[in-house]
Parts: sequence; structure tokens; C-alpha cells
Amino acid sequence: MKIQDFKTADVKRLAEDRHKLVHTFGALAELGQAVTSKPNFQETMRMSLHLLLGSLAIMRGGVASYSRYGHELNMLAVRGFAEDFPLTLSLCYEDERQFLANGLYPIEISQAKVLPFFQIYDHSFESSDLELFVPLVVHDETVGAVFLGQKATGEPYTSYDREIICAMARHIGVAIAQRNMMAELERRADENRKLYENLRLTYNDTVKAFAAAIDRKDKYTEGHSVRVGKYSEIIASELGWTDQEVEGAAVAGYLHDVGKITVERKIINAPYRIDAKESSELNKHPRVGYEILMPINHPYADVPLAAKYHHERLDGRGYPDGLYDREIPFIAKIVNLADSFDAMTTDRPYKRRRPVNEVIDDLQRNSGKQFAPEIVNAFFRGIYREVTGEAKEKRFRRLLGREFMETQGIIPMLGSALNETASTSHRTYVSFD
Amino acid sequence: MKTTLTNAGILPSKQAVVYASDYLNKLAGEQIERECRLRLQEGCNELVVNFSQTELVNSIGVSILLGIIDSASNKGAKVVFSDVKQETVELFDMLGVTKHVDIQ
Repeated sequence: MKIQDFKTADVKRLAEDRHKLVHTFGALAELGQAVTSKPNFQETMRMSLHLLLGSLAIMRGGVASYSRYGHELNMLAVRGFAEDFPLTLSLCYEDERQFLANGLYPIEISQAKVLPFFQIYDHSFESSDLELFVPLVVHDETVGAVFLGQKATGEPYTSYDREIICAMARHIGVAIAQRNMMAELERRADENRKLYENLRLTYNDTVKAFAAAIDRKDKYTEGHSVRVGKYSEIIASELGWTDQEVEGAAVAGYLHDVGKITVERKIINAPYRIDAKESSELNKHPRVGYEILMPINHPYADVPLAAKYHHERLDGRGYPDGLYDREIPFIAKIVNLADSFDAMTTDRPYKRRRPVNEVIDDLQRNSGKQFAPEIVNAFFRGIYREVTGEAKEKRFRRLLGREFMETQGIIPMLGSALNETASTSHRTYVSFD
Repeated sequence: MKTTLTNAGILPSKQAVVYASDYLNKLAGEQIERECRLRLQEGCNELVVNFSQTELVNSIGVSILLGIIDSASNKGAKVVFSDVKQETVELFDMLGVTKHVDIQ
């Protein structure tokens, strides 16, 4: 055909087709952008419906998502439907089977009437002048449906219109599938969080039960491991550690003496100062504790190290390895102070509990020798904040008793000790092995 | 619509004028539709949509206009499009929108 053979009508039709193409492809491009960039799913669906209806000037329509749990279509966006149009449509197995068999292609309402759910909602569909129904099938899974009314021209849908609808419905289907996937991921993540929380609680309960079992072996120091756990927790908290780290410090305290389960009861319960041989036997408990705890996959790091090194001193005079200051794991330094404090503040068979002023003085004097100054300082701060009422929770009072915590002059004593330990630039011991 | 709420009003002949502008082509253009519905409920029997400041109309705009036409039709009111650019008239013609409105 030569160019001069074109009639005016042909030119007009070509121009109209081009105009139509530009308009529908513009809608398609905007839809692609909307489904990938809009953070609000409801807005995405409303916009998608506008673009679909506006691209072909369809008078009314709706987009629904499919719930495979409830076997129902839930309307996400609706335009121009009659007021009695149901917002939730129940489907049966046969409907789902037909959707999957049809795939993502528009079905004439007159043909869709054989579907069971169409027979139920026939009246509502008729009053809304529906013409087309498009199941949204993505990766062989029904994710929703699109309902469409008449075109503004009043003319039937052409094959070109159906192709456009098909392409746009695919975009909408993918957006719904992505949203479903995100919801499923969130649900699973939430489930995992709950499972982890249950595991954490079970672990902590087991640790506490273990601590109670360790303490049962020593009738004079009943509750020692639990108290060391609590003091370690307070110190870690005063040092500004995270909740998880504070919990880890508490666990390290609860389990620090686990090695004692292999030490003979008569040595642990000896109502006298034990001799060198017995002492050597008792001093094996840090290493044994480490060996017991090491194979366990703890949610907190350093729990076995705290058991192994909680009798080490900054000046290298501790055991089992005689480590110096920086060689000692920090958690072991915390447990060391908590352990010593509990030993000083509880009655022993050969020694009465010591008064608070003596204990504070002892910790202060040994700061930088046995204890790390920053840990002593954090510990004093914890007691100070409680006795001055700055900290509402009475943790020390619960562990030590009211009498101990209300000793006259305790506040200025702690204030001075705090200033002292804060200004101490502690000596660093280095091993020359 | 440039200033939908301030520029819209019911004239003595129960005619309401709304200005489209480029606002029509966004999701926020639904506000125009709500405004028109409100005017129809107040008894307006002729809705005039003014396109004097509307460069072009996209698919969202078409959808919103169809919503306005549908609402007006349900209330038995007339819809008039005024000051429409030739290109937009051609689009409305092609899509069949002009079957439902008067173009001034």
C-alpha cells in the first residue's frame, strides 16, 4: 500500500490508536512504579485500581486479595460498586480449582456464572453491572481477583483491552503476592522470636535450678550462687551494659561455682579452716567448672571463662593460673567481686558476716590489687543509688537485709569510697613469664 | 484542582464548579471526588469541572472523573467539563468519557 492510498479515516484511526497506546502504556508504567515504590499497601491497591480503570475508562471495579486460610476474597479497593456488594466473598474448592485452571486471564461474567461463588453472589454482581472477572494467579497460586464493570464507551471489551487488563492484573497480582510473602515472613519471624524467648526463659530457669543445686551442697552458704548472680547483674547494669549482656553476667554469676559439684561435701562443709591438701582439692573447682561449662553452647559468651577465672586477682596472686590484670576476662573480674562481697557479707562456719563499713573499706583497699577499680566503683554506685533512694528497686536490701543497708553513716562512707575509686588510676600488673 | 475546597461553591442555579488542575492526576485527587459527592448531597444538580489549569489527564485522573460522573448519574445530576484542552478532549472522546458529559 502506498502512502497516498491512506484515507483521512485511516489517518484518524492511526492517530487515535497511537493516542490510546500512549495513554495505556503510561498507565502501565505508573502501575509498575506504584507496586514497587509505595510503602503503603492499601494506597498501592487504590492507585492500582485507579490506573486499571482509567487506562480503559472502565466505569467501576474492585481488587480483592485471596486468603487461603479463610478461603475468601477480601476486597482491598472498590470503585462504583453497589452498596450491597459484599466486602468478603467465600469461595469453595471448585472455585479455587477453576481459578488456577484459568490462570491470569479475564473471564466474561456470563461465562463465570458457572462458578459456585458466582451463583451465591450473582445478585450483587448484577446490581454492580460487572462484565469481567480476572483471577490473580501468581506462581500457580491464587492471590486475589479483579472485578470490572462496563467501559465508558458501552462497547464490549476487545482483545486489545483484555491484553492490557491481563498485563496490569499481573502487576497487581505480584504486588499482592509480595505483600503476602512479607506478611508470612513477619509471622514466621514473630514465631521465631517467641520460640527464642521461650528457649531463653527455659535456659535461665535451668541455670537458676543448677545454681540452687550447687548451693544445696554447701549448707553454710545456701543461696551463694544466686546472690553472686544478682550482684554480677547489678554491676553489669551499673556499667551500662545492654540487657542481654547484663543477663549474661547474671548467668556467669549463677554458674561460677558449678565445679564444686565434684568437690567432696566434707571439704565444702568443713566447720574449720581447711588444710593445704583440702584447699588444693577445693581450688580445682574453677577449672572443673570451666570443663563442665565449655561444651555447652551458651547464649552468652564468657560464662565458662567466668567460672575458670573468678579466683584470679589483678596482682597475679590468684588461682588457678595466676593471671594478671589484663589477662583476666572482664566478666571474671565482675564475678570475683560479687563472690568476695557475698563471702564477706554472709556468716561462715569459721567467720561471722562483717559489718558494712568494714566491707566497704576492704573493697576499697583491695581495689587495684584484687579487684578492678571500675568494677568496685560500679558496685559502690549501685549500693549508693539504692541507699540514697535514687534507684527505686531495693535489690541490695532484699539480699543483705534492712539492718545492713541502714547502717548509720553508710551514705557518706559510700560517697567518699565512690570519689576515691573513681579517681584511682589503677595499677596495671603485667606478667613476665 | 487548584484549590478544591476554597474555589468550589454552589451557584444560585444549583451549579457547583470544581477546578481540576494537576491535583486530579494523583491519588490525592480522590478529594475532588469526595468534594463533588458532598456538593451533590447538598442538592447540586450540575457539576462543572474546570480544566483551565490542567495540562493533561492521566489514568488516575480519568478514573476519578468517572467516579464523579457515576456519583452525578446516581443523583440525576449533569456533569459539564469546561476549558478542556483539545488534546484532552480527544482522549475523553477516545475513551468514551464524552458520552457522559457536556464539553464547554
